[in-house]
Amino acid sequence: MRTQSLLALILSLSLVSPGFPAKTPKAPKAGTDLALFNKKLKKDEQIRFALERLTFGPRAGDYEIVRKVGLKKWIDLQLHPDSIKENPVLEAKLAPLDSLRMTQQEIAQTYPPPQLIAQVARGRAPLPEDPVTRAAVERLAKRYRAKNNIAASQSTREEDMVEPAVPLQDLLTPPQIRTLRSGKPDERRALLASIDKEKYDDLAIALPQGMRFQNMQYAPVEMRRMFLRATAPQQVLASDLNENKLFRAVYSNRQLDELMVDFWYNHFNVYLDKGADRLYVPSYERDAIRPYALANFKDLLKATAESPAMLFYLDNWQSVGPLPVNPRAAQRPNAPKRPVRGLNENYGRELLELHTLGVDGGYTQKDIIEVARCFTGWTIRDPRGGGGFWYNDRVHDKGEKVVLGVTIPAGGGKEDGEKVLDILLHHPSTAKFIATKLAVRFVADNPPPALVDRMAQTFADTSGDIRAVMQTMLDSKEFWSVGTQHAKIKTPYEMIASAIRAIGANIDFGTNLATQLANLGQPLYRKVEPTGYSALNAEWVNSSALLGRMNFALALTQNKIPGVRLDASATLPDSTNSTVIAKALLNRDVTPQTRSAIEKALEEQVKKNPKAQPSAAIIAGLVLGSPDFQRR
Amino acid sequence: MNSRRFFLKSSAVAMAGVGAAPLWLERALYAADAPSPRKKVLVALFQRGAMDGLNVVVPFGDPSYYSLRPTIAIPKPNGTADSAIDLDGFFGLHPSLAPMKPIWDAGKLAVVQAVGSPDTTRSHFDAQDYMESGTPGRKATSDGWLNRALPQEKGRISPVRAVSLGPALARTLRGKQDAVAVSNLGAFQVRDPGGAVGFESMYAGTMDKVLNGTGRETFEAVKTIKAIQKNAYVPANGARYPNGRLGPAMQQIARLIKADVGLEVAFADMGGWDTHVNEVGPRTTQGQLANLLNEFGGALGAFYQDMGDRMADITVVTMSEFGRTAKENGNRGTDHGHANAMFVFGGDVRGGKVYGDWPGLAKEQLYEGRDLDLTTDFRDVLGEAVAGQLGNKDLKKVFPGYDPKFRNLLLSA
Repeated sequence: MRTQSLLALILSLSLVSPGFPAKTPKAPKAGTDLALFNKKLKKDEQIRFALERLTFGPRAGDYEIVRKVGLKKWIDLQLHPDSIKENPVLEAKLAPLDSLRMTQQEIAQTYPPPQLIAQVARGRAPLPEDPVTRAAVERLAKRYRAKNNIAASQSTREEDMVEPAVPLQDLLTPPQIRTLRSGKPDERRALLASIDKEKYDDLAIALPQGMRFQNMQYAPVEMRRMFLRATAPQQVLASDLNENKLFRAVYSNRQLDELMVDFWYNHFNVYLDKGADRLYVPSYERDAIRPYALANFKDLLKATAESPAMLFYLDNWQSVGPLPVNPRAAQRPNAPKRPVRGLNENYGRELLELHTLGVDGGYTQKDIIEVARCFTGWTIRDPRGGGGFWYNDRVHDKGEKVVLGVTIPAGGGKEDGEKVLDILLHHPSTAKFIATKLAVRFVADNPPPALVDRMAQTFADTSGDIRAVMQTMLDSKEFWSVGTQHAKIKTPYEMIASAIRAIGANIDFGTNLATQLANLGQPLYRKVEPTGYSALNAEWVNSSALLGRMNFALALTQNKIPGVRLDASATLPDSTNSTVIAKALLNRDVTPQTRSAIEKALEEQVKKNPKAQPSAAIIAGLVLGSPDFQRR
Repeated sequence: MNSRRFFLKSSAVAMAGVGAAPLWLERALYAADAPSPRKKVLVALFQRGAMDGLNVVVPFGDPSYYSLRPTIAIPKPNGTADSAIDLDGFFGLHPSLAPMKPIWDAGKLAVVQAVGSPDTTRSHFDAQDYMESGTPGRKATSDGWLNRALPQEKGRISPVRAVSLGPALARTLRGKQDAVAVSNLGAFQVRDPGGAVGFESMYAGTMDKVLNGTGRETFEAVKTIKAIQKNAYVPANGARYPNGRLGPAMQQIARLIKADVGLEVAFADMGGWDTHVNEVGPRTTQGQLANLLNEFGGALGAFYQDMGDRMADITVVTMSEFGRTAKENGNRGTDHGHANAMFVFGGDVRGGKVYGDWPGLAKEQLYEGRDLDLTTDFRDVLGEAVAGQLGNKDLKKVFPGYDPKFRNLLLSA
């Protein structure tokens, strides 16, 4: 901890004064780092800082907007996202992503899980009715049968036989097929755009998989979704979630709200690829996290506790109390042996350690077991079919429990779990833990303890009003200080979103960006551990991730990322002056070290090839991959 | 010590004349900038999906094995290509692991049976997580055992001392100490040459200490790896790595080791071991498990062959999150079980022996009446490898809350 805070100090020292002499600063005396949190930012720096810390990075023109509205008023609006009109560009981009608006059951039917494919392959379930889903399931079932040596005759029922697909030759002319095989991007785009919507499903079924993938990036959005669905239905779910998260970060006007949604999803992390969670995550984020991101922690706690996504992820749906033995059934000679089931402590433990009290929050192993007993019977009806929360009183442990010194009398039901949530909400460790976590994310890796205490006090006074806690932070002198400025390394999600916002690129579809994010170490919705991603800078600084950031920056500015376009609306200045470009993208002056490195690279280029003109795209790539741009 | 020297000598004899000259030349070249040549290397391999240890290290001497698995058991060694390869009269290798038999015969391959995690979860997700963090039952551990195992280095640290093969830094290698994720040695670079120059001087010059440190490391690793990238890699001794995931990963590990760039620990994984159906085909050398073992055994056999005398510096240890049911299911497969088998091989290994107490497969001997019971904690094996191979004796920090008991697997531990 000690060295970390020293490091933070050295860093902030060096970053506040661009003209700082290029020598290693002397190690400051211990304890003086807190002084930086007393050093106020200048007025114009405050706006820049607010845009970097409370949004996914400034776009061209944002500074002027905040100046006009007034910083205080702008913050107030961001704290009340419902009062901000949403960006129509965002709404148009989200409109086709239908799985985001579906119930879990609708998702299970429209985007069938692998279990259904196995059942179809074994002749135990009929094929779906929708033609594209049907074709995909049939093809996947065929593959499943081949892999598992199942004869097709024993498994495909007569009435399920799919109508023969329209051959590709009947849908497209030979030159058109050639275009989709080897045409130029514009030709492909034009051809795919000219195809009648009614033919989309036939085309998706008729195209071989390789050609579908190849043309995905040139297809209109509905066609692209059809292609994806025809390949593997459940891929659409992950794709929609990823695009939703990327589109909102880049285009939403409710920027602080979006940061908070990211914060709380990460706090109550669920891993998308754990079995049935694929079906549950879309509604989990939409219904259990998003509505409460700036509301009350109590609602978050209750909504996540009752969500099938969390119940499945942390196994509580399988946790049962001691079951009464049925003597007659046990005596039957050939009684089928039931799998041994019992108490599962996973949710109980993480609820205390990760969701509320924190690891040093003052609970024991006994408390974990008692909490788990209180939540027995909180389960899911038909998890594979997308069923919802179900309190099953039959498997609830009816005995007396003592949780953190509070007695919960015997004979209770679902309210046992609700009482636990209430105890945790009002526990001082929860206030401290949540305040600290927010401060680490929004202030610095080692936030000033006095600020954390005031935020915790607000949490306690308001029984978990998140907006009030944020208000306390935003009203503090520590927040608007030199100690906070540039103290955080961007997460890959923030880095990618901020780069796209800075340069004004347009996202058509997000598959490749999602892959980039995974390469940088932050696959969205795919953090396996319930801890979520760490908010500390160290989480994101490693060799391959850093190389990944540099390569991403260069690819973005040179228009090499499929699905992302730099067109006329991009904000790249018409200049090859590195200072001008850097200022436009960074919204502040570039450090002298970065500027001279860019110039050195350009000279190098000219030396190698005297005719080559230094291009704005390369300069912009260097700026977005620079150390300066990795901080906020 | 004696036996190790003997191993070195005999391997050198075995590979005399096969591509030896270019090797030393290559080594001298790469070693110019290397922190210290010929490091001891620990390679950890993860078989994701739960390998069926009972069909891989076959207890053919236990009569219950054949009654539990009427259709998928591997036949007792009988000299045919479909039967188990005898190890010690009681256990045998699956016939598709034939490429690993030479390692056994050289006395450098040890097997641990009935080993695994004491946590009884049968969830892949949890069990892998526990095995990678090295803290069974504890989910909040944020770093991996192999990162904690790295000794504190004095002086210059190699930028590639800890490498995770694959697109992300594996959980096993995450933590405080620097570790690089490399999916492909050939692609570990800034793709634009002009950009590379700019970024390198930018990160070298920045006042941002955190990014400066990692930036320097990155470009050092890029440079180190660039030297390796220059020449196409030709495995020695006629070794041929299979395609797939593990083969190329093992080949890249071999390449890093031979280049003497300071590699100390490496991690690679291979998925697909979740054999609920069609685990064994019409013949024992067909079906899902045989396909997996062809790649697995092929990759390890090729690595052993390729490394030649360098094997003296290397220990490879394999693991999988849990075993599979002792009884076969109705789909010529097996379901999630408990204890499993691990392989340990290398120059320092007291091989040619199956370690671990055999709990037996009779009904009353099975864990919960269905699975192979656990007699060795996986941390005993890993702990000994960490102490012996990396010289890190502070195992309480590597496996918090556990005190690994050595099984005398390694000569130097």
